[in-house]
Amino acid sequence: MKMVTVYLLGKMFSVPEDLTIMRAMEYSGFRLVRGCGCRSGFCGACAVVYRLKGQTETHSALACQTKVEDGMCVGRLESFPIKKMEYDMEDLPVAGNVVGQLYPEIYNCIHCNACTRNCPQGIQVMKYIALAQKGDYAGCAKESFRCVCCNICAASCPAKISHGPVGLLARRLMGKYIAKKSRHLEDRVKAIQEGKYIADVQRLMEADDDELRRLYEGRTIEK
Amino acid sequence: MIYTEEMRASQARVEATRSIRLSETLPRFTAEEKDVLLKQFHPDYHEDGFTRLSVGPNKGDQVPSELAVLLQGQSRMDEADVDVDHIQFETDVLVIGGGGAGAAAAIEAARHGAKVLMVTKLRLGDANTGMAEGGIQAADKEHDSPAAHYLDAMGGGHYKNIPELLSELVLRGPEAIQWLSSLGVLFDKERDGAMVTTHGGGTSYKRMHACGDYTGAEIMRVLRDEVRNAGVDVIEYSPAVELLLDGDGQAAGAVLYDFDTKEYHIVRAKSVILAAGGAGRLHYQGFPTSNHYGSTADGLVMAYRAGVPLLYAGAIQYHPTGAAYPPQIYGALVTEKVRSLDAMLVNKDGDAFLHPLETRDVVAAAIIRECQERNKGVYALHGQAVWLDTPMVDILHGEGTMEKRLPAMIHMYEKFGIDIRKQPILVYPTLHYQNGGICIGAKSETKIPGLYAAGEDVGGIHGKNRLMGNSLLDIIVFGRIAGTEAAAYSEQAHPGKGNLDHVRRFDEERAAAGITEKVLSPKLLPDYTHNRGTRG
Ligand SMILES: Cc1cc2nc3c(=O)[nH]c(=O)nc-3n(C[C@H](O)[C@H](O)[C@H](O)COP(=O)(O)OP(=O)(O)OC[C@H]3O[C@@H](n4cnc5c(N)ncnc54)[C@H](O)[C@@H]3O)c2cc1C
Ligand code: SF4
Ligand code: SF4
Ligand code: FES
Repeated sequence: MKMVTVYLLGKMFSVPEDLTIMRAMEYSGFRLVRGCGCRSGFCGACAVVYRLKGQTETHSALACQTKVEDGMCVGRLESFPIKKMEYDMEDLPVAGNVVGQLYPEIYNCIHCNACTRNCPQGIQVMKYIALAQKGDYAGCAKESFRCVCCNICAASCPAKISHGPVGLLARRLMGKYIAKKSRHLEDRVKAIQEGKYIADVQRLMEADDDELRRLYEGRTIEK
Repeated sequence: MIYTEEMRASQARVEATRSIRLSETLPRFTAEEKDVLLKQFHPDYHEDGFTRLSVGPNKGDQVPSELAVLLQGQSRMDEADVDVDHIQFETDVLVIGGGGAGAAAAIEAARHGAKVLMVTKLRLGDANTGMAEGGIQAADKEHDSPAAHYLDAMGGGHYKNIPELLSELVLRGPEAIQWLSSLGVLFDKERDGAMVTTHGGGTSYKRMHACGDYTGAEIMRVLRDEVRNAGVDVIEYSPAVELLLDGDGQAAGAVLYDFDTKEYHIVRAKSVILAAGGAGRLHYQGFPTSNHYGSTADGLVMAYRAGVPLLYAGAIQYHPTGAAYPPQIYGALVTEKVRSLDAMLVNKDGDAFLHPLETRDVVAAAIIRECQERNKGVYALHGQAVWLDTPMVDILHGEGTMEKRLPAMIHMYEKFGIDIRKQPILVYPTLHYQNGGICIGAKSETKIPGLYAAGEDVGGIHGKNRLMGNSLLDIIVFGRIAGTEAAAYSEQAHPGKGNLDHVRRFDEERAAAGITEKVLSPKLLPDYTHNRGTRG
């Protein structure tokens, strides 16, 4: 097993080269409490900043998704404070650009592209902010869809934008107001409320195991 | 990260048989074949992995040994100096757990006018919910019906599902999707607004709704946002470690442990909702897990100690397709959606060995048989594994399908140098879901007045084996029920002073049964510092 030297929160350790940064911390004896959630790249809890020893450039990453490299100096970004507005989804003026109204700082973007460059999800962050500025919720929703709210972008934004909540609001508006309604869903909910499907379910609730088994084995499968 | 030489040689065989396999359909196993397969190869039937409980409401039942140790473990209250009369927080409804079930419960309780406090072990949303990639079931398409959904879940659950719970699940399914939509969850839709729905293992109709392969993440982040909007107080990094009951045995609050200050805090509440999730991080029988860091069965432990029985706590779901390679993602989930998009499981010779849409337990057992008995697996990190032939998806459904439907999956492998559109991947079962758990009724109530439970820490809805997509549904359906019921209960409840007498009684029972082990429970977090291996 090839070992590499890493500096975790300022301490030097030697760890196997195929570990993730998160596993390297544990391997080195850290019992993680903060900065560790899903361990699978979905929750954004494990944002870290690192630089390779002696280099000027810093990088950001999700610790659970990134392999260690020789000479890596790792610091953590847990609990970066962001701005999240409170709103009532039932009562948002969708017509105007409500995202821009609630988060007016998006208009201060200076196009430095730091957000996009640092996003561990490879999202075009600057672009989704530009789309939010224009009130293009659909575009913003699409571009920001894979955001895991790790706040790496927010930590590096000179305009102090909280990108995660901006994308989230655009997506919620999109899902609630702009995406076409599902007729079949509304019809089905109504029919159930009117009691239409209850008897069929009740019959099954009363059926014995043999009967259920017969029905189950003989059921038709939609192609 | 590249495949080893042995892997590459086998991969060539997989590619060679692909065109033949494209037109091949294997028969489904008969009921008898399934029985034999499960008994021989499913870890649930592996006697050595289980222990018979000697104390508590399920005394005499067998549960996984790692869980038994904790259910019969020692309370932190025995040694900590906790003054239950020193109350730090007071609320109507206390929600324990910041996953999907807890969030749905908190939102509903707040909407019904209750003062709600949510306490959670990690951050709000650091939970299994956010990791669900596959989808959420609900019978809302024209030809489908709640009865068909009921039957699928019953058959999948080996006819052990509790009818009263299952009927709530299927009849409230469409409404749950509507509720999520109304909160702004972005479901995949056709141009005309119809939901895009697909099959999952064991479904008779295409009723799996999805948000790309970020279904759980999308649901979780919307719910998290809404919890904040709803004015729910949230305390993070403060797991509950014990319930408080009053002199009449009603719920009265909980004891929290603050990870940062290492202090215990007393919450006084009129009702309590347990939504603390699953148990994957207990690594039953040494299996890797797909679960989040906080899945340590704490809800089961707290409820058990307070005298609430568990149901089917011995029935565990091993997801058939956990990543077996590369080491960085060992144990992580490869969503079932890959199989529902017709990627086949094949052995080292490139041969398919089962029908693609068998239920999870059967698929897991078949993979284990292929590797252990038939020696037809490819050697990966800790033993043999089989191929999931991912390139078939684009071949069968058109180029770009994976990019559209499985972006998270592509991303997960891409980082380690594997393009799943071009190369198949190695998989082996991973510990995925706690089928059993706290006994509840149709109102999400437990036998303790004022104590409710919802989500993965509950048992009975899915019988002994949950179908994909029914868990995301149950956390919404029963989370909402629990929140509504707890809020209503809190309006008329006046619990007396909270106490820990039940913990003392449990200790006495332990002593009487001769249990001297000092293992503290709930476990709260796994300890990986000594495990200098590659476990995900
Ligand atoms: C990788 C993966 C993929 C999945 N895919 C699907 C799918 O496609 N479809 C589907 O239907 N289901 C899927 N599931 C299952 C489903 O996601 C979960 O069963 C479900 O989300 C559980 O929700 P929950 O709210 O009960 O638990 P969780 O979402 O796990 O939430 C539990 C919460 O409780 C907290 N907690 C734990 N202990 C304590 C304590 N002592 N005190 C306070 N808080 C505590 C945790 O930190 C967490 O926040 C998947 C699961 C995983 C892991
Ligand atoms: S957009 Fe920002 S918050 Fe979202 S994943 Fe990228 S860096 Fe993290
Ligand atoms: S980091 Fe901030 S200022 Fe720079 S491009 Fe991104 S949003 Fe604009
Ligand atoms: S721990 Fe969740 S993204 Fe890394």
